[in-house]
Amino acid sequence: MSLFNIFTVAGSAMTAQNQRLNVVASNLANADSAVSSNGQPYRAKQVLFMSIPSVAGADPNNASSGVKVSGVVEDQSPMKLIYEPSHPMANEEGFVTMPNVNVVEEMVDMISASRSYQNNVDMMNTAKTLLLKTLSIGQ
Amino acid sequence: MINKLDATFRFYEDASNLRAHRQQLIASNIANVDTPNFKARDINFTDALENAGGNRNVKLATNAPNHIASPGSGGGAAATGAPLMYRAAIQGSVDGNTVDMDIERSQFADNAIHYEANLTFISDQIKIMRSAIQG
Repeated sequence: MSLFNIFTVAGSAMTAQNQRLNVVASNLANADSAVSSNGQPYRAKQVLFMSIPSVAGADPNNASSGVKVSGVVEDQSPMKLIYEPSHPMANEEGFVTMPNVNVVEEMVDMISASRSYQNNVDMMNTAKTLLLKTLSIGQ
Repeated sequence: MINKLDATFRFYEDASNLRAHRQQLIASNIANVDTPNFKARDINFTDALENAGGNRNVKLATNAPNHIASPGSGGGAAATGAPLMYRAAIQGSVDGNTVDMDIERSQFADNAIHYEANLTFISDQIKIMRSAIQG
């Protein structure tokens, strides 16, 4: 029954968007973390989306596809240098290396992720309505 | 008698199956709106329904192996066998994704309404049959 498959597809997309939102939250929270857990300044992270067949073993060219997060990558763009000689992490010239998080970019990413999430919720609701109507055939 | 009942519902069954299949395809397009290089896909509903229809359509008689079978002579093709086609991109995006959310959302709603209409037709058919039987 293909309508049930919509739950799998929309569910996988919701998981993926949720993970993206989580990464955005991590980036925004650490926008000023001069030191992260590995001792280096925090680097902005990004999720990579990939489409996978919704039914295991199905031909990917002829089936519907769900979404999977294939990995989380670190942004390799240059770090921000801030002149603050009194900071304990400042180098001999007085610059502190700060995370390369672009707050504006992250906010836009957040809105995009939440909109996509909402779209998937709507889709699931429609599929549910259709299935319930199907159950009431002949009544 | 029974196969007449069956034939009445067969068309609606095919149509509902195809609608459900298409609904799933559009759901997959919407789900992959942020996947790089994903291409939006859809089926041609009219053609798919005709192909699924089988012996309902008038078709050419074939009496030699070289004769070309007319469309629909396969009979009752599975809904999932309908060929997928790529949606023509109106505005391309930098990451190679061709999902246009406006088109997909409107098609999703359109397909859902058609599916519901199909269900109404089936229910009405059943009511007609029932009143014919019960008098």
